[in-house]
Amino acid sequence: MKELSNSVCIVGVDESDEIGIVPHKSQLTLQMEAIRNATRDAGLEIADIDGIFAPGGVDTANQHSPAVLAEALGIIPRYVDGTGLGGGSFMIMVGHAIVALYHGLCDVAVIAHGESGRSRVGIAPRCINKSLSGQFEFPYGFGHAPTYFGMITTRHMHEYGTTLEQWAQVAVSTRAWAGLNPKARFREPITIEDVISSRPICYPLNLLNCCLVTDAGGAVVLTRADRAKDCVKKPVFVKGAGEAAEHLMLTQMKKLPFSEATRVSGKKAFTMAGVMRSDIDHLMLYDNFTSAPPLMLESLGFAEPGEGVDFFAEGRSTPGGSLTINTNGGGLSYTHTGMYGIFAIIETVRQLRGECGERQVPNVNLSLVNGMAGMFSAAGTLILSDQT
Amino acid sequence: MEGLNRPLPHPITPETQPYWDGLKKHKLMLPNCEACGPFFYPRILCPKCHSPNLTWIEASGRGRLFSFEIAYQAFNPEFKIEPPYILAMIELDEGPRIMSNLIHIKPDPMVVKCDMPVEVVFEKLTEDITIPLFQPAKRIGGRLV
Repeated sequence: MKELSNSVCIVGVDESDEIGIVPHKSQLTLQMEAIRNATRDAGLEIADIDGIFAPGGVDTANQHSPAVLAEALGIIPRYVDGTGLGGGSFMIMVGHAIVALYHGLCDVAVIAHGESGRSRVGIAPRCINKSLSGQFEFPYGFGHAPTYFGMITTRHMHEYGTTLEQWAQVAVSTRAWAGLNPKARFREPITIEDVISSRPICYPLNLLNCCLVTDAGGAVVLTRADRAKDCVKKPVFVKGAGEAAEHLMLTQMKKLPFSEATRVSGKKAFTMAGVMRSDIDHLMLYDNFTSAPPLMLESLGFAEPGEGVDFFAEGRSTPGGSLTINTNGGGLSYTHTGMYGIFAIIETVRQLRGECGERQVPNVNLSLVNGMAGMFSAAGTLILSDQT
Repeated sequence: MEGLNRPLPHPITPETQPYWDGLKKHKLMLPNCEACGPFFYPRILCPKCHSPNLTWIEASGRGRLFSFEIAYQAFNPEFKIEPPYILAMIELDEGPRIMSNLIHIKPDPMVVKCDMPVEVVFEKLTEDITIPLFQPAKRIGGRLV
């Protein structure tokens, strides 16, 4: 595993031309724009791509399948990966791309996402695994993300005394970052009171505890470190990558509200990278709901159980803070199509390159990006750096 | 189905059929590993030791409210019960956790509490399908019965 560390670089990242509410573009267009833009960012051509990674298993009709993208781009990739576990699949696929690139199974890998999550243009209805959920969850009214994630959140409040105000602080911190990102959907500052008084969706989650639903594409291009020096931008090294899967239904989550998948994934990433938690100077934590990032900090070992929320206090995660988190404005305020993971990776790379303008965090050399797939069902963790 | 206020469990599979057959007779049946004890949901191997030596046992129907949510809107058009209603994760006294609804209590976070004792209520949906719902455990003379 150690030999894989620093062997591969991210050399291109970008979103689709437009993100947010894009009713005049199909999902396929969002996907293709993102791939073209990220390839251009790397100084490569679409024809150079010989590995396609896209989360094919999530949706009906394989709308995110590598075959759809190969067909649309008119290329025949010699390596494909359709790991479709949910929004964190992109972090997991970076780990898979490292192995494929290291062994020469492909030379230029693109990890791609595009989803008309809000406008639903050129997209079939989402399909949830109905076999088990259809028997044991749907008859009781379950079936959408808030009906599951609140379950984890309520138990955390019971065990550790976490309050609605503390979850709200996560939204406040993330919105402060969105205010500095011209691409973010919502940029006006909010207060804890705004979150607490927003429309109740599913206790303990109010509207401002939930991520956005948007239209957007995003892509990441990777190649081996020896080839990366020929690319246009400063290469970002993949020092560590981890993944794990635990459950689909929350009744099977062994230590709820603690995520075993996240613990295993994080441990693997740190072992491969050979760095300590205290070395990390920037964090991107998949925020489908306000409670997700604090719970990740606990499962990754940054925080003691019950203390993850403390990281979101003013002066810590916020602009100018000591350990900044979700600096693009996150799924809560910047964009969340349905599978946010790719966008967290894009922001990490931009921070490490120093491209973030007003929201640039000074002296970022080592960043951790953690993805959740499903409701903590699976996890992917990356440790990225601007140096080997 | 006409007149139903919630989706029927579907698709029922051969390995889960005994669970649904039990509910029809007002028995909450759990798959049980000879070595490790009961688990949920029904499958062909024990999720702890992977033994295929499984039987069925009848659960007491008692447990605690492990966690909950209060839905303030409908999330599934087939689920027609008027919000707010309580989505519940029950930890049965036998150990396994199952999803259900908590009923016969005000859907208010000041009233509903994690770890409160609960008991099963069998809700007949059709001739073939009965589902397990849960209510606060009854007390007589200060003691749970």
